[in-house]
Amino acid sequence: MSDNLDTGDVAAGFAEPHEYTVWEDIQGYLFGLVLATLLTAASFYAVYTHLIWAPAIPIALVALAVAQIGVHLVFFLHLTTAPDNTNNALALAFGVLIVALIIGGSVWIMGHLDERMMPSMHQMMQMQR
Amino acid sequence: MSATDAVGHGHARDVDPYLLGRGGGHGSGHVAATGRGAGGPASKTVVVAYGFWLFLLSDIVLFSCLFAAHAVLQTAIADGPAGHELFKPTNIAIETACLLLSSFTCGMSAVACGVRNLLWTQVALLVTGLLGVAFLVLEAKDFAELVEQGFGPQRSAFLSSFFAVVGCHGLHVSAGLLWLGTMMAQIFVKGFRADILRRMLCFNLFWHVLDIIWVALFTIVYLIGEGR
Repeated sequence: MSDNLDTGDVAAGFAEPHEYTVWEDIQGYLFGLVLATLLTAASFYAVYTHLIWAPAIPIALVALAVAQIGVHLVFFLHLTTAPDNTNNALALAFGVLIVALIIGGSVWIMGHLDERMMPSMHQMMQMQR
Repeated sequence: MSATDAVGHGHARDVDPYLLGRGGGHGSGHVAATGRGAGGPASKTVVVAYGFWLFLLSDIVLFSCLFAAHAVLQTAIADGPAGHELFKPTNIAIETACLLLSSFTCGMSAVACGVRNLLWTQVALLVTGLLGVAFLVLEAKDFAELVEQGFGPQRSAFLSSFFAVVGCHGLHVSAGLLWLGTMMAQIFVKGFRADILRRMLCFNLFWHVLDIIWVALFTIVYLIGEGR
């Protein structure tokens, strides 16, 4: 291994040349593509049909999006739990924490502020009617 | 080296039967090392990919700020048009298909790179680039149409945040296309050198992450916005 150190290790996004044949590599990507297509189609289907109870659609969409992001991470970015990937996975976990804080916190705080806002002239006129 | 290598592999399989360490070879030390520092420093490929992954995560955090702004401002339409009056589902579906397919062909270029096949690497990269261009053209047409109708970013807070988040993703795709062209030229001129392969690895990560951001984008901006 010491004569080609640079290809001995693999990392996220790197197709492993030693363990798999080309066809097996392509199969992995194909599987990811099919899964991602199905999940995308499901998202669009949920919005433009009445299959799901309307108020539940946003939750369903978020669930489908998270699933698809997972598919992308595993089949396209090759994020695994292998030893050489531990750091990548931990960094991702930290990233997810920050993203959740930013989006969740903003929506939460701004939602509360919005409720406490004085109604606009337009809304007051509507209330008087 | 080959004899000790074979022995080393056998040993690695005993220690690590599910090949979590994929047969050893982690770091520059002994072959059976688990990759948690026991084998010495990680190879340059692992370090470069980790550094670029950190950059990509910081990019995702940047996008999350734009997403948060959009989620808050989605209903602030200032008596202007709401999302469901503006978005064309067919266009969004075609754009999504373009990006998803380009992510797949980008993966194909990585596979071709892995077996050092110049022709198929270039073909896969070219198809990736063409799909990216198709995506950008569709998006630019959508934007031009909105601005023409008077629904530009200055119309309402909702449209400001819409143009900010979708435009930022579009800029990333444009930068990715520039990078893709550069990679095609570099592979053509310099061949599959170790440093070029590392750049290809980073480009692949970048392009796949753009697709991940688009998944969040079409869900939050277009599909959830459709219900508002």
